[in-house]
Amino acid sequence: MSRPIELVCPAGTPAALAAAVEAGADAVYFGFRDRTNARNFPGLNFSPKEAAEGVALCRRHGVRPMIAINTYPDAGDEALWQRAVDIAAEAGAHAVILCDMGLAAYAAKRHPDLRLHLSVQAAAANEHAIRFYRDAFGIRRVVLPRVLTVPQIAALTQAVPEVETEVFVFGGLCVMAEGRCSLSSYATGQSPNKDGVCSPASAVRYEQEGEVMVSRLAGYTINRFGPGEPAGYPTLCKGRFRAMNRDGHLFEDPTSLDASTLVPDFARAGVAALKIEGRQRGKAYVAQVVKSLKAAIAGTQAAAPAAFLEGGVATTGAYTRAWQ
Amino acid sequence: MTQPTLALGPLLYNWSADRRRAFYCGIAEDSPFDVVYLGETVCGKREPLVADAMAEAAEVLSTAGKTVVLSTLALAVTESEVDALRGVAASAGEGFRVEANDAGALALLAGRPHRVGPYVNVYNEGTLTVLAERGAESVCLPWELSADSLARLAEAAGRLGMATEVQVFGRAPLAISARCYHARAHGLSKDGCRYVCGQDVEGMPVDTLDGAAFLRVNGTQTQADALTLLVREVPDLVAAGVTAFRLSPHDLDMGAAGRVYADLLAGRLDPVAAEDALFDLLDGRAAANGFYHGRDGAAWIAA
Repeated sequence: MSRPIELVCPAGTPAALAAAVEAGADAVYFGFRDRTNARNFPGLNFSPKEAAEGVALCRRHGVRPMIAINTYPDAGDEALWQRAVDIAAEAGAHAVILCDMGLAAYAAKRHPDLRLHLSVQAAAANEHAIRFYRDAFGIRRVVLPRVLTVPQIAALTQAVPEVETEVFVFGGLCVMAEGRCSLSSYATGQSPNKDGVCSPASAVRYEQEGEVMVSRLAGYTINRFGPGEPAGYPTLCKGRFRAMNRDGHLFEDPTSLDASTLVPDFARAGVAALKIEGRQRGKAYVAQVVKSLKAAIAGTQAAAPAAFLEGGVATTGAYTRAWQ
Repeated sequence: MTQPTLALGPLLYNWSADRRRAFYCGIAEDSPFDVVYLGETVCGKREPLVADAMAEAAEVLSTAGKTVVLSTLALAVTESEVDALRGVAASAGEGFRVEANDAGALALLAGRPHRVGPYVNVYNEGTLTVLAERGAESVCLPWELSADSLARLAEAAGRLGMATEVQVFGRAPLAISARCYHARAHGLSKDGCRYVCGQDVEGMPVDTLDGAAFLRVNGTQTQADALTLLVREVPDLVAAGVTAFRLSPHDLDMGAAGRVYADLLAGRLDPVAAEDALFDLLDGRAAANGFYHGRDGAAWIAA
């Protein structure tokens, strides 16, 4: 093993960034306050000035700052995304995390020294796909979609050795291949790919119907909660639906990814970096999760804190074949 | 301006070999489609069971003068799926036309003429340029795009010498996963799925808990319940430079649906009459055109 596995931590705000740096993050990723990143939520993200300050803070502490510009530019409106790449390059980001082919071509041509990471939103799921982005744009690292088992990750990492692999280890779990899901767009008109949002809060309603709390997304009932049952957020793919005359969590239970017990397996697979999801989470989450995952990487602690899991329930997702 | 062509997209559902034979014989004998896409795009496990029927379909369609194009899997992860991807890509060297549905297929087809399918995220002119430079001759744009994006991309593709196809009829695939929801709903795993997706000829209906129709599960793919139907919009798409229109196979008279579009494109049928005729063929299925009109995809914006 050439160097220890890198822990890549989320920062939705400058405060969360500082918390991640203090907790021992090896790298921090964040995005601008607009549609150019996949966590375009109210009250989150960085202005160009805050981004430059964030980069400087990371640099002072030996932490690698990465800027996510990981939505798909609209036709005729590519300038907004291109400007984000320019700002990231000028700020001295260690890498930009991209998914769009057109934007990657722009970044590779305009900023040949800027390190490009392929976002999970590109869902490059096989060796040929990774080679496409390597050959076309010179990407140095791929964030793998959450559709692969650990042995498949090992095989991919070996097949394209000049491109590093990064995998999600903790946080929210997309059950669909990322960047290839328009469920939210179908129901609400707002999509992860175009708008950087999924199941947006502006489309959420909770309504009490007698004893039952109903959660709706753009008018569609996503769940019904009985008395005493905690009413979770109506993320579309985690809802209860009816199929074959049965009600249930058709796609996935309200659960989060916790692959901290798999850290040794990821290391053996040759994975370069582990990513924590959660730019929408507060600095307490960031500090706690970073600390416990650093301990897991060091081999001094096996599991991450359950307190930060959605519904307190964890899964290792697609990393284990039986999940599929 | 040359007359736009009509295409029949790849079959998304897991129909039996016999059903496929009958369907494609019908399309070969009596349909106005110029191009027919074959090839499994959803689940690699289905392919071996219907390979003979699909090879026969390719033969029958070619003999009838249809242009046959092989579409690749949208999500190739396992060794056998990636092998399938390599196999289809290799056929491009043997005179077959191939449509790439992921970046892996694009890598395997680079430098050779190929088509780009709707599962590749083409949202802007920069991406079109990348694809054109690597040998793409045509692109079928994603379902999610609005009229404005479609028009801009059709124009840009024209400048790059690429054909532009737009999907005007069919349940939009909304997501693809490593997990099989059909198997999961039947209490099975993907590896032991017993091909239960074959039980539903147009996918398994998924309703909300209030009983409102919402989605369809088709194996690892999740589709819209409402069928995207663009008819009144077709003249604007033609004016914007769209060169081909694609219909997705459903369990209805697809030859008749194709003829409605052929008549509309030829000016033999006005858009209102064409829409009425298609609603008759839909036979109660819900329709949607929200993506085109910049709304939620499930919306139906009436004239």
